[in-house]
Amino acid sequence: MTAYEPVIGLEVHVELKTATKIFCSCSTDFGAPPNTQVCPICLGMPGVLPVLNRRVVEYALRAALALGCEVEPASQFARKNYFYPDLPKGYQITQYERSYAYRGHLDIEADGTSRRVGITRINIEEEAAKSFHGTRGPGGAGESYAPPRPSPDSPESAAGGGDEGEGYSLVDFNRGGVPLIEIVSEPDLRSPEEARAYLIKLRNLLLYTGISDCKMQEGSLRCDANVSLRPVGQEQLGNLVELKNMNSFRSVVRGLEYEIKRQTAVLEGGGRVARETRGWDEGRGATFSMRSKEQSDDYRYFPEPDLVLLRVDQAWLDRVGAEMPALPEARLRRMTQEQGLSEYMAGVIGADPLMAAFFDECVKLQGAGAGAGGGEGAAGVGGAITPAALANWITGDLARLANAEGVEFDALPVGPEHLVDLLRLVDAGRISGKMAKNLLEECWRAGQAGEAGQAGQAGQVGKAEQSGKDRPVAPLPSAIARGKGLEQVSDEGEVARIVASVLSGNGEAVASYHAGKDKALGFLVGQVMKASRGRANPALVNRLVREALGARS
Amino acid sequence: MPAVSAAQVRHVAALARLSWDERSAPKLVGELNEILAYISKLSELDTADVPPTSHALDLRDNVLREDEPRKGLAQAEALADAPDSEAGMFRVPRVVGGQ
Repeated sequence: MTAYEPVIGLEVHVELKTATKIFCSCSTDFGAPPNTQVCPICLGMPGVLPVLNRRVVEYALRAALALGCEVEPASQFARKNYFYPDLPKGYQITQYERSYAYRGHLDIEADGTSRRVGITRINIEEEAAKSFHGTRGPGGAGESYAPPRPSPDSPESAAGGGDEGEGYSLVDFNRGGVPLIEIVSEPDLRSPEEARAYLIKLRNLLLYTGISDCKMQEGSLRCDANVSLRPVGQEQLGNLVELKNMNSFRSVVRGLEYEIKRQTAVLEGGGRVARETRGWDEGRGATFSMRSKEQSDDYRYFPEPDLVLLRVDQAWLDRVGAEMPALPEARLRRMTQEQGLSEYMAGVIGADPLMAAFFDECVKLQGAGAGAGGGEGAAGVGGAITPAALANWITGDLARLANAEGVEFDALPVGPEHLVDLLRLVDAGRISGKMAKNLLEECWRAGQAGEAGQAGQAGQVGKAEQSGKDRPVAPLPSAIARGKGLEQVSDEGEVARIVASVLSGNGEAVASYHAGKDKALGFLVGQVMKASRGRANPALVNRLVREALGARS
Repeated sequence: MPAVSAAQVRHVAALARLSWDERSAPKLVGELNEILAYISKLSELDTADVPPTSHALDLRDNVLREDEPRKGLAQAEALADAPDSEAGMFRVPRVVGGQ
C-alpha cells in the first residue's frame, strides 16, 4: 500500500498593536462601543484617501528582520476586490505582486528533529470589520451571534447558511482598518506537530519584537493551513486543501490531523482529493467543505492607485533593527554570558517576553544612573546593582506579586524605575533587604490605589500601548522611605552620637563588658538600635560600639 | 483580443452580488465586448520602454502619517446614512459564505 506524506504550509495573520489604524487616525483600542472608532476613510466613504501609518511599516519591518527576510527597496499596495459587508470599499488593501519582504526562514524543532522552514513572503494589509450574524425571531441577533470571521479572505460559511436568505448581519467597523501582516510559509512542514512548533516559535518571536499581542483566542494571531498529500518519494504536490477557522494551536493540530486522515482515506479509496477550502468545526471535530470561494483571478488584483510605492532604504531598516528588542536566542546568550544570570534565571525571564522587556528596562535605567554618578537616590555608591540582582528581584518578589494578582509584566502597578530605585536604597545601605521587601509591597499597593483613582476620573485615556511607558503613578520607594522615616541611618556622626549617649546611660553594661562579659556588647548594640527606633545601620552600630568601648578601656 | 461570454457575465455578476435579469445576458455580452475592444486599442501602443506605473505622480518619497490617534465620527454620525441599524451597528442582509 502506498504511504503518503503530508505537505503543509501556513498563512499566519497577525494584528499589529499600533495606536491607530493602518490608513487613518482612528484608535485601535479594543472593546469600545461599536462604530465609535470610525471615520470616513475606514468606513469607505467616497472621495477619501488612505495615508499609511509609519509605525505599521516599522512594525512590519521588525517582523521581516526577525524572520531573516530580504526587504524590498520598493513595494506596492494592491486592491483585492470582493464584496462582503465587512469590507466597505468593496476591496481590501493588501500587497500582491510586490510584497515588502521575501525569502525568510524560521528554524523549528519537532518530533526530535530540527527543520528550517522557509518564509515565502510577508504582506502588509488591512483588517476587515467585525460582523455578527443573526436571525429574526425570538432572541434576535443577540443570542445567535456567530464568532467573528477569522480573516478578511476567508468568508466563513456556517454550514448550510444561504446567501442573503432569512436573517441579517450586524457590522461593527471599529476593527476595520486595523493593520495586519500576513506571513506566508513555504510548504516545508511535514506533520501537524511541526505546524504547531512553527506557530509557537513564530508567536514567541513576534512577541519579542513587541509588534503584536499574538493572542490566538482573541484573533490577534490567526492561522490558515494549506495541506496536501503525496506518495512518499514523489516530488510533485498533490491537490491542495485550504483549511480555515482554527482558533487555537490545539485546533490547528486537530484540524490538520483530521484533514490528513480524510485525504488519506480518499486516496486509498482510489479517489481524488478535491481542491477546495474547508473549515474546521471545533465542536464536531471535523472539517467541512466551504462553498467554492473566489479563485485568485476573481479578486482582480490591481495596484492601489491611492497609495504611492512604499520605499525602505538601508538606513531606515538599520534604524528599525537598532530599536528592536533583542530576539530570544541572542537575548538568552546575552543574559547568561554578559549579564551574569544563571541559566535558570535567564530561562525564566526569556520565556516571558513581557518580563524580559521589564528586565531590559531596569538594566538600562540602572546603567544610566551609575553612569551619571549615582543620581539623587543612589547616595553616590552607584554601579553595584548587577543585572543578576535585578533578575533575582524580578523573578522573585515581583513575579510573586504579579502571579498573586494575575497581572502581566507590562501592566504592573510599579515600573522598572521603582525597582531600580529600591535596589539603590539597599545598595547604599539605606534600607535592609527585609525592609526592601516590605517597601516594594507598599509601593505596589500605592500604585494600585493610584491606578484605581486614575481610571475613575479619566476613563479610557490612551492605552499603555508602548509597553508601559506611561506607567504607574506609585511614588518611588525612596520617597516612601523618606516620608515614613524608614531609611536606615548610616551617617556616622549621627550614629556615633546615639552610641555615646547610650554608653553613658549604661555604665553597668559597659563595666561588665570590660570585665570580660561579651554578652554586654549585644545588649549595648540592641540599646543603640532601640534608641534609633530600628533605623540605624546595624553593621555601622556594631563597629561604632566596639570602637567606643575600646576607647573607654 | 479577449471576448466575454455569457458564462463570464453570470460569474462576475455573482461575484459582485448583483441581481440582474438573465434575459439581458446577450445585450450585456455585446456591450462588454464593445468596451473591451475600445480599451484594447491601448495595446496598440508600443510600451516596451515604458516602466509600469501605478500612480500618476512620480513620487520618490514615502507619504506617511505618524501613529497618533484622532477623534473620528460619533456612532450616531457613522450610522446616520445607514439604511438600517441595530445596537449601534450597521444592519445588512445576511451574507454568509462566498459565492
